[in-house]
Amino acid sequence: MILNVNGRQETVDVDPDTPLLYVLRGELGLNGAKYGCGLGQCGACTVLVENRAVFSCVTPVVALEGKRIVTLESLGSPENPGPLQHAFIEEQAAQCGYCTAGMIMRAEGLLRRNNQPSDAEIRAAMQPNLCRCGTQVRILRAVRRAAAVVRTQAEAHG
Amino acid sequence: MRYVVLAAAVLVFLGAGGLVWLGWYSAIAPIQPPARASFPPAAIAQGAELAALGTCMSCHTTPGGAPFAGGRAVQTPFGTIYTSNITPDPATGIGTWSEAAFRRAMRAGVGRSGRQLYPAFPYDHFTKISAADDADLYAYLMTRPPVRATAPPNDLSFPFDYRFLISAWKLLFLRTAPFHPEPAESMQWNRGAYLVQGLAHCGACHTPRNFLGAEESGDAFAGGDAEDWYAYALNKASPAPVAWTADGLYHYLRHGWQVQHGDALGPMREVTDDLAGAPDDDLHAIATYIAAGLGKHAPPGPQVATKAGPGEALYRGACAVCHGDSHGPPFAGIDLARSSALRAPTPTNLANIITDGIPATGETREPIMPGFGAVLTARQTRDLIAYLRTRFDAPHPRDGIEDAVKAARANTAQLEATR
Amino acid sequence: MTALSRRTLLSGTGALIVSVPVRGRAQTPPAVPPDTKDLPGSLKQAPYLDAWIRIDSDGTITVFTGKAELGQGIKTALLQVAAEELSVEADRPKLVTADTARTPNEGYTAGSHSMQDSGTAIRFAAAEVRQILLSEAAAIFQLPLSQLRLKDGGVEAPDGRRLNYGALVPPGILHVVAQPTTQLKAPGTYTVVSTSVPRVDIPAKVTGRQAFVQDMRLPGMLHARVVRPPHPGEQLTGLDTSAVSVMPGVVQVVQNGNFVAVVARKEFQAIKAMRALDVAARWQSAAEALPKQAGIFAYLTGLAAHDITVLDSRRPPASASKTLRARFTRAYQMHGSIGPSCAVAQLQDGVMTIWTHTQGVYPDRAAIAELLNMPPAQVRCIHVEGSGCYGHNGADDAAADAALIARAVPGQPVRVQWMREQENGWEPLGPAMVSEVQAALDARGRIVDWDYAVWSNTHSTRPGNAGSLLAGQLVAKPFAPPPPKPIPMPEGGGDRNSIPIYTLPSARVIYHFIPQMPLRVSAMRALGGYMNVFSIESFMDELALAVGADPVAFRLKHLDDERAKAVVTRAAEGFGWGRDKPPPQGHGYGFAFARYKNLAAYCAVAVEVSVERETGQTRLVRAVAAVDAGQIVNPDGLRNQVEGAILQSASWTLYESATFDAAGVTSLDWASYPIMRFNAVPDSVEVHLINRPGAPFLGAGECGQGPAAAAVANAVAHATDKRLRDLPLTRDKVKAAIGV
Repeated sequence: MILNVNGRQETVDVDPDTPLLYVLRGELGLNGAKYGCGLGQCGACTVLVENRAVFSCVTPVVALEGKRIVTLESLGSPENPGPLQHAFIEEQAAQCGYCTAGMIMRAEGLLRRNNQPSDAEIRAAMQPNLCRCGTQVRILRAVRRAAAVVRTQAEAHG
Repeated sequence: MRYVVLAAAVLVFLGAGGLVWLGWYSAIAPIQPPARASFPPAAIAQGAELAALGTCMSCHTTPGGAPFAGGRAVQTPFGTIYTSNITPDPATGIGTWSEAAFRRAMRAGVGRSGRQLYPAFPYDHFTKISAADDADLYAYLMTRPPVRATAPPNDLSFPFDYRFLISAWKLLFLRTAPFHPEPAESMQWNRGAYLVQGLAHCGACHTPRNFLGAEESGDAFAGGDAEDWYAYALNKASPAPVAWTADGLYHYLRHGWQVQHGDALGPMREVTDDLAGAPDDDLHAIATYIAAGLGKHAPPGPQVATKAGPGEALYRGACAVCHGDSHGPPFAGIDLARSSALRAPTPTNLANIITDGIPATGETREPIMPGFGAVLTARQTRDLIAYLRTRFDAPHPRDGIEDAVKAARANTAQLEATR
Repeated sequence: MTALSRRTLLSGTGALIVSVPVRGRAQTPPAVPPDTKDLPGSLKQAPYLDAWIRIDSDGTITVFTGKAELGQGIKTALLQVAAEELSVEADRPKLVTADTARTPNEGYTAGSHSMQDSGTAIRFAAAEVRQILLSEAAAIFQLPLSQLRLKDGGVEAPDGRRLNYGALVPPGILHVVAQPTTQLKAPGTYTVVSTSVPRVDIPAKVTGRQAFVQDMRLPGMLHARVVRPPHPGEQLTGLDTSAVSVMPGVVQVVQNGNFVAVVARKEFQAIKAMRALDVAARWQSAAEALPKQAGIFAYLTGLAAHDITVLDSRRPPASASKTLRARFTRAYQMHGSIGPSCAVAQLQDGVMTIWTHTQGVYPDRAAIAELLNMPPAQVRCIHVEGSGCYGHNGADDAAADAALIARAVPGQPVRVQWMREQENGWEPLGPAMVSEVQAALDARGRIVDWDYAVWSNTHSTRPGNAGSLLAGQLVAKPFAPPPPKPIPMPEGGGDRNSIPIYTLPSARVIYHFIPQMPLRVSAMRALGGYMNVFSIESFMDELALAVGADPVAFRLKHLDDERAKAVVTRAAEGFGWGRDKPPPQGHGYGFAFARYKNLAAYCAVAVEVSVERETGQTRLVRAVAAVDAGQIVNPDGLRNQVEGAILQSASWTLYESATFDAAGVTSLDWASYPIMRFNAVPDSVEVHLINRPGAPFLGAGECGQGPAAAAVANAVAHATDKRLRDLPLTRDKVKAAIGV
């Protein structure tokens, strides 16, 4: 089957009931989406499908034909990080960092919909994602910081 | 012809006047908010348990707002009603209400000032509550922290925004007779009957309503609507594949889940959350009464062999992960062969659950389920529901799916727009 | 001219034998093993400088540590320490972490020892290496040392001559035993240490580069899943693998006694096969039922215990103005690592290599070698990051699982990933504990007597030997788990932090060590320190209340340690403590303080909580902490750790308890073991740092757990006038205490 991942058409040979998580990691070698629970409870596997944050661990690829899938890797690189990635680095919003990829994607889903989120809106949007190290205060700061950058960019582009 | 018109006008005038007269209640004089010390502690404690059984808090609290301060939107077929502030605030709550005023509201649906109250406040049930219990409820509510909060004005379509018409409704539908125990039944059954028919007002959701919004008394517990959800039948028409026992019902009411029936969802989850403050004895009584009403029902047929299709692959990849050979609640999801939602007369609840899941609230042990509204298109959701209801032998498995999915997705979009 | 002898340069006051290499000549090892007892930090275990620092002829600097990055930021901190002493930029050296083939054996990365042990060793080693480089240059330039400057990885002479480090390292020059003292850089000259160098590992983690053991992909790697018994103690009575063996992608089903696993080409194929094996396997229930959760504390304190007198300086006064007593309990709690345990293993040419996130590569290697009946030298454990472990989680076991499975498919790398329910069901929990305390106050409001007892299982069942590993207990010829032992003080296990740091004229502390463990338990961040500090600091507030004293003033009155007092004062000031303003309706303020293990970092925490009376829902609103960790290496890293500790401890304290029934643990997922989510995160957490330039590093990774717990409990007491003593302080308990 053919999946649209990070703007590229990828041909994968997997059973249609395979959750997207294992296709991203196993077939396409992408690390952003991570296994945390496989039950849609922790958000470590979060990616975007049609600009909405979803749990890739319970999303079967058969549901995804023709839909645009976006993972962390497409937001930027260490040399050229995107606004959220840059904000997470600036705020040092990670301890073990295992939840970080999912957090960034969940926040990306929010900012694509609403680049002026209030604190309450950020918390509500991030609620499905868990951080066990207790980095959430920094994560909130990073999302706020990125939102400001995204707004500025949007205004600059008119 | 003139006389006919004149006669008609007089009749209408008399009728309207009659209604106004019927519906007119005098104001009960306001009082100073009573001091806590004026209530015996036992009355307050008892009132807390009664308020839990009556699930007052979930209706009279806005999500995230101060308890009992009102302002919650209740959708009805006639428009939106906002619940009132029942904290003892003198200006915006019931702080100036005497016990007599409180009891009149519970019994007859009339406010302290004499104003008619909409039956969205289920006084058609509360009218059965004893005077002693009303007194305890009053003691509890009057000793909560007062909160200054005014609810938004109701948003009702014409002519339902005219309160005096409520007196007509009451004339037709309100029975103020007190509760009568059945001598042939056990004490526990009767206690359950008293609670269910009165304070717990289960029928307000679980009984169908007529076009004027009153419960169909001849069809008690045949299933009804609760905002955007369907409240299953609690009589022989129950869609539960496994028969409910009194013990099972008790566990469900106590914990919000039961291994052979699944988790309380939507408005029922708020009910079981509120019931945390209710005593075991009373939950057992309610369970006994309801279980007796459920009676024996035919177990459902075996699973229907279904063709492999888009719904089946979606089921295997999205649902079977948790709902396949799972441990069942409290871990992961219920075995779908036991789900009431799959076999209900309407696919409303199934559409809601699949679209929104059960969001994680954290802090307490509660079920979590991912929603699939963002992942599946409307068509994929319909395919999945059709597959599930066919496979698990629902009545009229393909009926109503399109509307249910549309409604579920519209509600989600609305929620997201407010975020 | 005077050729400056290296002996002069390097000798301190120690009488250590130092072989003095002449430039260019290979060095002869000393005839007797060096006496290392006076060496600082882990130099005791690995005294040769080149065990820690290697400089290649092209100038590449490699730093070795036996410690592991757990997400606590030590990769960055250790690089800073080395870079500082070597006078290079922090991003210049490479760091190699725990690897049984390459790094010193520093035991476990645990107990907040990394900076104290490894950081100290690296600091001294790097300093001595610097001196060697300088003296080499001095000999070549024929100049006195004082005229030489270190710059950008080279040594420069006043006349402009320069030699890079790479040119100053003839073979073997660093194969020297360390000195107990050396010339360290003066803290006032620090340019790298004490700055918030950004974490070197974060950029990869925010961009999806390979960063975790879970991300490893080796050529031909196979995917495996273990099939655990439904509950501990169950025996496999039947396993029909015929259907599973022919499932798509399945390479092999491994069975060895009760150890069952399946290997497949693709990961989801392994998962499906695992589920099929779950259904196909027949297990016989364990002989004994677990005790009831509701009565677990009575059960535990009723078991046989070894009584350890931790402290006895008791001289109870003849009379006391007030006597109080209290009993505290703590439920079993879970590490709850976000990423369930994972390992990759490969058996190639007789060598078993395991990539694992164990905290101790050497102990895990020894246990696995025993399990496989292989010489330890043929087993190599390499640490690769996992998600935060917060102590002994499933990592060591997953490594053993991977090794056993890899042995069944020699030559092929195998990746084992535990499922969420396996991590929750099989990880060793933080032990349930009980404490009882009685204290007396005199008429002037001073504590004049203190009697404290704590009951607990062991806080460490780390390997150890093969019997400590789940795989070792499951295989056909099982290994016996070693008998549990208490960890001796001053570190302690259940008795960690059981000795109050306050000045008490009469005090006794008894540790009732309970060997029998109904549930699997081991070390969890702060060990007994979490519960003991919770108990002591809650009780200090009860005592203060009894004499009408302010909680902060009461503590200061009983402290003589100046650094302790400074931390307490700083946190109180930062919070705005005691400014006579009452909290908002339904809110309360709480304070607590402890020095981790009474020998590591000092930490004081002040918090504000809100309590919703109708539901008992309690939320941490804000926290202000102050920390003294000695010489701070990375201020932001330290802050990050303490902020995280406060949130994590608040989550433990308000929500967390593992649940179990007669057969085993039932809190198998996040629904049944809820932890803090974004809706409950506090509005702000501030951490004030008190730097002590030049002072020894003090371990800070665990210093926040205990004080945060007690501060929250004290704030709840302030908000509700009710004292809760049973962890976790759940909504139901708070509501029950408040009443209507």
